[in-house]
Amino acid sequence: MKKKIEIKNLKVSYGPKTVIKNLNLDIYQNEVIAIIGPANSGKSSLLRCLNRMTDFNNEIKVEGQILLDGLSIHEDEDSTFLRRRIGMVSPLPVGLPMTIKENVTYAPRMAGCNNEAELDSIMEDCLKKAALWDEVKDRLDGLATKLSGGQQQRLTIARALSHHPEVLCLDEFSIAIDPVTTMKIEAVLQELKKDMTIVMVTNVINQAKRLGDRTAMMLHGEIIDLNDNDKIFAGQINDQRTKDYIEGVFG
Amino acid sequence: MFKPSMHLLNKEIREKNFKNLLSMVTFFLFLPALGIIFWLFVKGYPALTWDFITQDPIKGMTAGGIFPTIVGTFWLVIISVLVSCPLGVLAALYISEYAKDGKMIRIIRLAILNLAGVPSIVHALFGLGAFVLFMKMGTSILAASFTLAVMNLPVIITSTLESLKAVPHSYREASWNVGASKLQTIRHIVLPNSLPGILTGVVFAVGRSAGETAAILFTGVAFYLPFLPQTVFDQCMALSMHLFTISTQVVGVPDAYPYATALILILLILAVNSLAVGLRTYFRTKRKW
Repeated sequence: MKKKIEIKNLKVSYGPKTVIKNLNLDIYQNEVIAIIGPANSGKSSLLRCLNRMTDFNNEIKVEGQILLDGLSIHEDEDSTFLRRRIGMVSPLPVGLPMTIKENVTYAPRMAGCNNEAELDSIMEDCLKKAALWDEVKDRLDGLATKLSGGQQQRLTIARALSHHPEVLCLDEFSIAIDPVTTMKIEAVLQELKKDMTIVMVTNVINQAKRLGDRTAMMLHGEIIDLNDNDKIFAGQINDQRTKDYIEGVFG
Repeated sequence: MFKPSMHLLNKEIREKNFKNLLSMVTFFLFLPALGIIFWLFVKGYPALTWDFITQDPIKGMTAGGIFPTIVGTFWLVIISVLVSCPLGVLAALYISEYAKDGKMIRIIRLAILNLAGVPSIVHALFGLGAFVLFMKMGTSILAASFTLAVMNLPVIITSTLESLKAVPHSYREASWNVGASKLQTIRHIVLPNSLPGILTGVVFAVGRSAGETAAILFTGVAFYLPFLPQTVFDQCMALSMHLFTISTQVVGVPDAYPYATALILILLILAVNSLAVGLRTYFRTKRKW
């Protein structure tokens, strides 16, 4: 299997506080890797390193190497190209204060696409993938901020898909979405897996079990367990803490 | 059945009293504003004619109108706002979006705060030294407008900084996340959403510029001019200065003249302010979060 992302000796610190210590992880092309672990274990920080969101905060120090298709993501001074290749869905829904249509076409427009027909087809495609199309197709020119929290979350997913990323990072995408819609999106993710790599941070262990090919357990900034899903959820666990977390003893 | 205790009933009464107190205070703050305009109108009424605002002053400013002063104030306000707004907004953008929060930025912020506290007469001396003499603009509309602009910069920077801060950080992150650059994010997300707040700063700046007397005293405003300014390098008359002149420096001015002049000044500021408030409301309803 081809390695899509290689993370080597990653160390992240906010001032004096180390949030990720010496993390190594290979992510393969077209796999879904689920990252689980209790709060404050560095899961979100890991995702923020992948698309260099850490660049915007001066207090964050990132050491180590992250390779995307074998090339360091830090090589290019301009990180906007990287962010087009790596889609990111943040845990809190953010509808930008513009219309629904403008929200979904924002990324392509910022990348220089002006073709109305093309933008319309991207919009429809992405909204359908995010299971939002049926609810908003009659009010595409309405303000996105008027949508409900769950709808805004799906809008965030649609926006992340609109720039055709190679890697899709999902940071607890389903916390604001009802179970039925979550199932719809999960089905879409299974489809998307064919042409992209998915990194998914989740607090719902069953979601990791359902969607993931592999699951990594993070604790205190380290990956303490990483295995194929059929092994890890069949009890092949190296670390007692992972076992406790999955079985709900702690965490 | 649940029955409210005596204590809770008291709470309701207190709640009502507090609300009444607040509305009373607000009402009493509203009174002086209304009172001033009413008083000026009553006292200035005899002088308020169409000629008063369209004619030049004659007979040593004891008769005629105030037209040149309206023209002068108009130019001073427009040019100073045109200079201070872009500069102030750009500076605020740098401080809020680009600069790393360090010692330097703290010093700059302190300098801006200090600039806001400098008395206008000191600004006037600075303008005289920097614009009139050093940059050789002479006493002119340009020099006076620049002096007003410097005076208004801290107001605009501070209000812009506040409104930039009010744009949720998650909006910026959402925009960066999909590959928009910093500049694109500012242009499409940050600025459109902070525009109402920036306009509030402009309203203050306009009011201060129009009413300011000391800062333009040495830099571009004449006591009396027999002609209208032709270019920005000419001197001009200004409403605020004219008000000072006819109230204290000239004998034989009709009683109603100063009041009418003051009323015109206030109405002019009100007009410009309502324009800005209208713009602000327009942008607010267009973009809501």
